[in-house]
Amino acid sequence: MDRSVAGRIGTTLPKLDVPVQDDPPKNLLRESLEMPELSESEIVRYLTQISTFNFSIDHNFYPLGSCTMKYNPKVNDDIAALPGFSEIHPLQEESTVQGALKLMHHLQNILADITGMAGTSLAPMAGAEGELAGMLMTRAYHQRNGDTKRTKILVPDSAHGTNPASAVMAGFEVISLNTDSKGNTDIEALKYVLSDEIAGFMLTQPSTLGLFDTNILEVVNMVRDVGGIIYGDGANLNALVGKLKPGDLGFDILHSNLHKTFTQPHGGGGPGAGAVMVSERILPFLPTPVIDRQIDKSNSEFYSFTRPEHTIGKMGAFHGNFGALVRAYAYIRTLGKQGVPKVSEDAVINANYIRTQLKGIYDLPYDRTCMHEVVFSARNLKRDYGVTALDVSKRLIDYGIHPPTMYFPLIVEEALMIEPTETESKETIDEFIDIMKKIAQEAEDDPGLLKEAPHNTPNTRLDEALAAREPDLRWNK
Amino acid sequence: MSADQNTDLKFTSPYTPNTKNDRAEMLKAIGVKTVDDLFRDIPENYLNPELKIPDAISEMELVQEMEELAGLNAVPGDYASFLGSGAYRHFIPSIVNRLALRSEFMTCYTPYQPEVSQGTLQAHFEFQSMVCQLTGMDVANAGMYDGSTALSEAVLMACRVTKKSAINVLDSVSPQYKEVLKTFLDAPGIKMDSLKDGMASSNESHACLIVQQPNYFGYFEDLTTLSDDIHKAGGLLIVLTDPISLGMYKTPADYGADIVVAEGQSLGISTSYGGPYVGLFACKQDYIRQMPGRIVGRTKDTNGETGYVLTLQTREQHIRRDRATSNICTSVGLIALMSTIYMISQGKQGLKHIANLCYQKAHYAAAQINDIQGYSVNLDRPFFKEFVISCPISPAKINKRLLSKKIIGGIDVSSQIKNGMLVCITETNSRQEIDSLVTALREISAEIGSDEK
Ligand SMILES: Cc1ncc(COP(=O)(O)O)c(C=O)c1O
Repeated sequence: MDRSVAGRIGTTLPKLDVPVQDDPPKNLLRESLEMPELSESEIVRYLTQISTFNFSIDHNFYPLGSCTMKYNPKVNDDIAALPGFSEIHPLQEESTVQGALKLMHHLQNILADITGMAGTSLAPMAGAEGELAGMLMTRAYHQRNGDTKRTKILVPDSAHGTNPASAVMAGFEVISLNTDSKGNTDIEALKYVLSDEIAGFMLTQPSTLGLFDTNILEVVNMVRDVGGIIYGDGANLNALVGKLKPGDLGFDILHSNLHKTFTQPHGGGGPGAGAVMVSERILPFLPTPVIDRQIDKSNSEFYSFTRPEHTIGKMGAFHGNFGALVRAYAYIRTLGKQGVPKVSEDAVINANYIRTQLKGIYDLPYDRTCMHEVVFSARNLKRDYGVTALDVSKRLIDYGIHPPTMYFPLIVEEALMIEPTETESKETIDEFIDIMKKIAQEAEDDPGLLKEAPHNTPNTRLDEALAAREPDLRWNK
Repeated sequence: MSADQNTDLKFTSPYTPNTKNDRAEMLKAIGVKTVDDLFRDIPENYLNPELKIPDAISEMELVQEMEELAGLNAVPGDYASFLGSGAYRHFIPSIVNRLALRSEFMTCYTPYQPEVSQGTLQAHFEFQSMVCQLTGMDVANAGMYDGSTALSEAVLMACRVTKKSAINVLDSVSPQYKEVLKTFLDAPGIKMDSLKDGMASSNESHACLIVQQPNYFGYFEDLTTLSDDIHKAGGLLIVLTDPISLGMYKTPADYGADIVVAEGQSLGISTSYGGPYVGLFACKQDYIRQMPGRIVGRTKDTNGETGYVLTLQTREQHIRRDRATSNICTSVGLIALMSTIYMISQGKQGLKHIANLCYQKAHYAAAQINDIQGYSVNLDRPFFKEFVISCPISPAKINKRLLSKKIIGGIDVSSQIKNGMLVCITETNSRQEIDSLVTALREISAEIGSDEK
C-alpha cells in the first residue's frame, strides 16, 4: 500500500508465554511478506474517510428496487454480537450450543409459518444459494421418482439473473418464458412449452415488475399438472409477509433473502442468508442441517441436527450464516404477528403512492396496481430530450438520494425500478416525488445538467469500459 | 378473515413510520378505500392468512430473551477451547468492528453505483490486493460466501478452463469441504477421484488436483511433488490454505498453484457459530475472465481522477444470465471489509508474529501431550497450529470428561485416524489453558487406568 511507512505498526503484538520451540524447517518458510505498515490512528482515519464516500440507508433514502433497502434495527446488531452467539464455535457439541439451536429451530418454524410451507433449512448463505438449493432439490425429487427426462426449467424473461444461472449450476437447461402485455405469465406461451421434460418453473412473486401475477393459480395448476415443481424466488417477499402464504397457492419450494425482508444489513454486498422453505413432498431433500427438537422422558427439550433422508447435502462448511439468522429472528420477534402484515401493507402503500404521483411524468409501462415496488421507464425523457435512466439516476445523487435499480428488469426499456420499503415516512417519499418531478423538468430545461451528474461526489462518472479493457485489480506487486 | 381482524391498527412499530393518518392520506391520493384494495390481485381466498408466530415484544423484552438464549451456550473464553477444523479463534483488535460497523459500510448495498460507493469499492480493492500479497497470486476477487464454496467454485472454474470433467482430491482435504464439493459437483456430473497420500497419481482426465496446505490434520503436504504430478497430467493445482499460516510459510504460488482458496474467517472474524465468513479466491492472471464473484478495478473518472468500479461484469449473472461464471450475487462484502481492516492492522509485522505464536504454542502443546503416558503426537512431520493426538480411548469419551473440567476438546477424527483427536492452538490459548489441557489429559488417562483395574 503506497501509504505504508516501514516500521509502523497497527496493533500491539502479544508476548510468547511458552518456551521457544525448535524452528520450523527453513524450506517451508517464505522469504518476505509485503503488507501494510500503518499506525492505528492512520488506519482509523483512512477508513473513516473513505466510508463517508458511501451512500447508506442510515444517511440516505435508498429506493433500490428488488434489494429491499429497509432500515436495519440497531438492537439486532448488538444481539448478534453477544458473546454467547458471536464466539461459539460451529463444531461444539450440541449440548453446549442449545441456545443457538433453539433459536434456529424457532426461526425454521416461523419462516415456514409465514410462507405456508412444511419445513425450512437455514443453510444457504444468500438468495442465489437458496435458488441453487431449490434447483438441486427439484432435480433430486424427480430423480428419486425415476423421472430422469426432466431436464428443463422455465424462467420468465423478467427474472433476476441469478435464476437462470442457478438453474444451470444445477444441471438444467433454461427455457425463457415471455411476459404478457399486462405483466403476467403468458399463458399461451406457457401451454406451448409445457411437457414432461419440464422439471419446474422458477417464479418470482410478485414479479420483478413489482406486479402480482393474476394468472397465478392457473400457472401453478398447469405446471403441476405436467409434473413440474413450482419454485418461488422469495426475494420479493416483503410485499407478501402476513398477507399471503405462497405455500397456500401450491408452491413447493421458496427461498427468502433474509437480508432483504428480515433486515440483515446489506454490508456493501453481503453477508446474506437464503433460507429455503419447502412443501411436504420436498422435505426429505432439504439441505443439511435441519434442526430438530426432542423431548426426553424427564420432559426436558433437546435440540439437535438432523440430516433429511435424501438431502441434497451441505451448502457451506457449517450451518449457514448464523449471525444473519440471529438478526432475522430478533426482527421477527419484535414485530410479532401484529407487525409482520404491517410491513407489506406499508411497503405496498408507499410504492403505490409513488406510482400514482409520478405517473404521467415518467412512463409507466404496466399501468396497474403494483406491490412493494414500481417500475417506471425513462423512455419518454430519452425520446424527447435525449436523457436516459442512467442520467436521471446520477442526478438523484446530487439530491442526496441513492438511485433506483436501473435497466432491470431487462424487458423494460430505460427501466427505473423504485422500492421505497415500509420504513420510509410519507415526508421522505413526498420529497422524493418532488425531486423526481424536478429532475424531469430539468431534463427538458437543461439536459446537460443530468448528463454531467453527479456533481458533488468524490468522483464524477467513472470509466467502466477502461476498467474492463485494462483490468487493474490490485496495488503494486 | 377480514383485513381489519388481521391488521391491528393500534399496533405501532418503531420501524414503520406511517401513522393511521398518513395511511389514510396516501390511500386517498392513490384512489383506493382500504389497504386491501391494493392487494386485489391476490386470489381473495388466500388473502390475510392467520399467522401462528408469537406476539410482538419490546426491545427490552427482546434483549432479555436473547440474552437468555445466548446464555444457554458454552462460550470459548469461559471454557478453554481447542477446536479448529476450519473455524479459528484469533484475537480481533477493536478497530475491526468499530470501523466495519459504521453505518456507511454496514447499511449500503453492493456497489452498483460507483460514485456513491467509493468507500466500499476502495476497501475491496485493498482486500483483493492483500489477498494477492498473502497468497502470492496475481489476482483475487472480492470474496466468496466461505472457504468451502470458494473451493467448489474453484473446481467449476478449473473444469471450464481445462474443459475436463473429473477432478482429483487429496485424501487429507477437510471432510466438511468434500461434502460441499459433492453438493456442487453432482449435478454438473463432475467425477471426484480421491488421491491417497503418496499413492495413485493424477491423470489426463483430471481438471485439477485439490491439496489442503496445511492439511485438514494440520500437517504440511509435499506440494512440490503434488504440483508436478498434476501439471504433468495437464490439470490445475488448487490449493486450499490457511491465511494465518501465510504470515510465515511459503505461498501456494511458490509451489506453482493455479488457484488458491481459503477460509478468511481467521482474519479478524468471530467464529459466530459458523458464519458469516468470507471465502478467499485468487488465481493466475490468465484466468481472470473465468473467475466467479465480484471484482473491483481501478479506473479514471471523467476528470481523469482515480476511482474504483465493479469490473469484468460480463462474467456475471446479471449480464450473462444462464452463461454466467457463477450465480453469486450478494456475497460477503462486510466480512471482506472486516478482514481487510484486520490485515491492514496486523500488517507486515503482526501477521508474521501471530503465525509464529500459533506455531510456538502448538508445538509446545504437542510436545507436552506426546509425553503423557498413553497419548502420542506425530512430531516428525511438520505441522502448523493443528495436530492429531492419538488417544488411549475414544476422543468422544475424553471430550465428555474434558467438558466437565471446563475444557472444550478437539474434533473426533477417529473415523480417519484410530482414536484421533484433532486439536488447534492459536495465540488466544494461554499457556495456562494449554497446561490445564495437558493436566486434564493426564488425569483422564490415569482415571481410565484405574477404572479398568
Ligand atoms: C428477484 C431477485 N432474486 C434473487 C436475488 C438474489 O439474491 P442474493 O443477492 O441474495 O443472492 C435477488 C437479489 O439481488 C433478487 O432481487
